[in-house]
Amino acid sequence: MERIPILKMGDLLLVTIQVDMHDRLAMTLQDDLTARIVKDRARGVLIDISALDIVDSFIGRMISNTAAMARVLDARTVLVGMQPAVAITLVELGLTLHGVRTALNVEQGVKLLQRPE
Amino acid sequence: MSLATTGHLARILTEHQDALLEGWLNGMLSRMVRRDKAAEAEMRQQAMRFVPQLIKALDKGGSYDIDSASWTDVRHLLQDISASRVRQGYTPTETALFIFSLKEPLFGLLRTAMAGDPAALATEVAETGMLFDRLGLLTVEEYQKSREAVILRQQQELLELSTPVVQLWKDVLALPLIGTLDSARTQVVMENLLQKIIETSASIAIIDITGVPTVDTLVAQHLLKTVAAARLMGADCIISGIRPQIAQTIVHLGVNLEDVITKATLADAFLVALKRVGASVTAIAA
Repeated sequence: MERIPILKMGDLLLVTIQVDMHDRLAMTLQDDLTARIVKDRARGVLIDISALDIVDSFIGRMISNTAAMARVLDARTVLVGMQPAVAITLVELGLTLHGVRTALNVEQGVKLLQRPE
Repeated sequence: MSLATTGHLARILTEHQDALLEGWLNGMLSRMVRRDKAAEAEMRQQAMRFVPQLIKALDKGGSYDIDSASWTDVRHLLQDISASRVRQGYTPTETALFIFSLKEPLFGLLRTAMAGDPAALATEVAETGMLFDRLGLLTVEEYQKSREAVILRQQQELLELSTPVVQLWKDVLALPLIGTLDSARTQVVMENLLQKIIETSASIAIIDITGVPTVDTLVAQHLLKTVAAARLMGADCIISGIRPQIAQTIVHLGVNLEDVITKATLADAFLVALKRVGASVTAIAA
């Protein structure tokens, strides 16, 4: 079955989404990610969506849900690399992803996670 | 109305091409408001291109229907002429006169050539007249189209001119907004700003609204959308340049700007931005 790889970088987890997300894939990712946070005792999660041209409302909700789940498991989530067109669409849809932190790229995302809360 | 040609027109045009051209040009030049050598030469050149095309169209199609395929070249020529006249600042009347002043010498020639047959002459004059009316209308229509294209282009340029994104510091962008914000402009503003954020990987952007005359709920909504989109990409926005009057309006309207950092002047906003990126500016003691 198709899966999105989750990479471990120290106590951070890096998820780079490079294929168009469909709903089943998103649900699988959620399962995998929560499992890995617990297994690897991760303190932070970086979700890189710089390769995505389209983010629909389902994916938007899935991202904020994942962030909320990670918080429950004591890991911080940063969403990185959103394209301008995607940002405009999400805002027009009224999805401002409250509670999800964002950064321009993976580098800045890592910096953000390493900064003490 | 029959659109088929009688052949007389094509024959007369071919036989008396030079005389016709002279008569036409004299007629045109006598009506022209602005006369200079360059304009005269250009007009002569356009006229000399037009007559052969007209003859060809009449010969080939045997029809006065200017929408048909045989008239394509004539239509293109007239489109070019109209477009160039728009750029040179001619009036629509002057543009249409190009076609209409051909009538007079042409009718003179028709009269001489067909003096023996008054009935045929009357028909020919009526049909030729209608043909040139249609051609004249075509030039005016094309003139209008070219003018609209010019206006559209200027609008576009104004839109882009009025929304420059400038880099104030490493990782600090500023967007001085000037003029009224409507949906179309907000779209351009948003796209420009977000694109620039990606290009420079700036972490903070200052939106300065000193040049925005009024802020109503709609404008505030647009601003908030821009701020939200930038936040989604990982950059923070500061809104600066809020005048006292605008601050009053915002509060009266009940617009919620609590989630956004707002400052009265660009200088204040810049200080906050510098602090965020870990830089500072100090005055050197003299």
